[in-house]
Amino acid sequence: MFFLIIKRILLGLITLIIVSLITFVGTEVLPGDACTTYLEREAYGAALEACYKRLGLDIPAHERYLSWAFSVIQGDFGYSLSGQMPINEVLGPRVKNSMVLASAAIIIGIPIALILGIITALWRDKLPDITISTVTIFAMTIPEFISATLLILIVAIWLEWLPGIVIVPTDVTITELLPNIILPVIAIAMIMTAHMARMVRSSVIQVMASDYVQMAILKGVPYWKMVFKHVLPNALLPAINVVALTIAWLLGGVVVTEVVFNYPGLGRLVIESISNRDLPTVQALAIILASIYVSINLIADLLTLMLNPRLKTLQIRK
Amino acid sequence: METKKSSEFKKKSIFYKISEVLVTMASKPSGFIGLSILFFHILLAFSSPYLAPYDFKAIDPSLMLQAPSSEYWFGTDSLGRDVFTRTIMGGRTALTITFFGSLIALLWGGLLGIFCGLVGGKVDDVVMRIVDAFLSIPWILAMLLIVSLLGTSTEVLIPALGFFYGKGIVRVARAATHDVIAKDFIVSARARGHSNLSIIWNEIIPNVRDAILVEGAMRWSWMLLGFSSLSFLGFGVSPPTPDWGLMISNARGLMSFAYWAVIAPIVGLSSLIIGINLTADAFAKALGIDRSTKAPV
Repeated sequence: MFFLIIKRILLGLITLIIVSLITFVGTEVLPGDACTTYLEREAYGAALEACYKRLGLDIPAHERYLSWAFSVIQGDFGYSLSGQMPINEVLGPRVKNSMVLASAAIIIGIPIALILGIITALWRDKLPDITISTVTIFAMTIPEFISATLLILIVAIWLEWLPGIVIVPTDVTITELLPNIILPVIAIAMIMTAHMARMVRSSVIQVMASDYVQMAILKGVPYWKMVFKHVLPNALLPAINVVALTIAWLLGGVVVTEVVFNYPGLGRLVIESISNRDLPTVQALAIILASIYVSINLIADLLTLMLNPRLKTLQIRK
Repeated sequence: METKKSSEFKKKSIFYKISEVLVTMASKPSGFIGLSILFFHILLAFSSPYLAPYDFKAIDPSLMLQAPSSEYWFGTDSLGRDVFTRTIMGGRTALTITFFGSLIALLWGGLLGIFCGLVGGKVDDVVMRIVDAFLSIPWILAMLLIVSLLGTSTEVLIPALGFFYGKGIVRVARAATHDVIAKDFIVSARARGHSNLSIIWNEIIPNVRDAILVEGAMRWSWMLLGFSSLSFLGFGVSPPTPDWGLMISNARGLMSFAYWAVIAPIVGLSSLIIGINLTADAFAKALGIDRSTKAPV
């Protein structure tokens, strides 16, 4: 068990090292570097060399990677090109804003997804299932920017209930931020809930068909007792991993949603830094987003391990 | 499971098998709806240049933001272009790029997955680590980076999308190969002295094909979603080309007034994505593959 946890953490770290290599090599191999984009037409002769020297691009790539990786481990991402300020200062408020958005969506989304998933599974192929399942399929297939745009059109423009876009400075306090994020949270929570509800549904259905549930029915265990004691604990366990993957997958969708709502989070920073060809910031973002992905998966794996006694013994015997 | 001998399967032509799968898919209402929507969109993509009542790039300032009328069915956009014309043509680029992108994804993802599943050991470990690493970079960041550095031409978009949506197929193909590889018929093929290539071609591919195809169909809808998001963000199709993602992003600023210029491409894109999704689901069911517990990776 202990070794298994260590092994998972090590695998996650290896993944992150490969991600850092991929982003570094990727930005290195692709045409154009920070200096040519920064200087644009004046990128020749003395100006270019001075720029290379200033950004340290004159030293060989592998040495640069090592020194960059070393400072990243210490929590220093270097300087952003466009703003000429430390990337850490750029990132700080953005990370906080995105965290607020994501946690609000998760807090709202997970309970609703659980309830919907269980309802649709218990009333499988009946009216509640058919209605809810149809809605969830729509919610999860339609692109984020479409559902967000429709939300703005209907709630903000036609009904005039809420403001359509978020107009706050990047370093806004959480209390000021909260009233502004209702629509973005709904947009993100909707897709997330739909995904998770589908997963919970199929997980519950699988458990309902298992031998021990059939046995419980035959023994005459009351229906709801069987649902809460036998079905749900076993059904929700595999759902943890899937929920983690869904959250991680949404990292991409959040970028688009943030752009639609003009929300000052990490997602908009991705677009801004790529438009400005601010490669150091892009590298930092890649590492941060990949770390979020890896750690969410790691936490889910560990949770599943800790909650599932069968997995423990299985791995130790190996 | 299957009681028929393999010789009986081989008698049926590939067209017979395809039509058989199509009939099974269409026999359920959701599959029928999905197939009809997809068929409609493909038909529209081929015929829309001949059906379009106006020129898709004809700019006329005097016709700016006209409400839908008998002359302009879906109204006009902020540059006075006919929204109906642009909407019916808006799926052509997206469908073409994502279709070929999915083919590339299927090909390299499937082959690499089969290879890893077959070889196993150190090679498999290393490749899967790299695939995992690619999976943990958000697709949008990677795509945006490639597109912003290499441009948004079709020659860049198709391989880039194909590459990034193929990495998930590697996993599926590898898992399917793992399931097959321990079966008796592989062992006996090895015992008969068949080469690895012959085993891959004759024994493994026919057995993992369905799983990979189903995954590919699902990738197609995700790729369409990804591609439209790129267009929406201004990193996909370049402007005069009619494209739904781009149309939505252009018309969004004025939607408090000219909602028709937003609604029409939204209906186009949503219906296509839902159509592909329903078709992929029906396809999975018709081939007897349960992908309901799969997470979107």
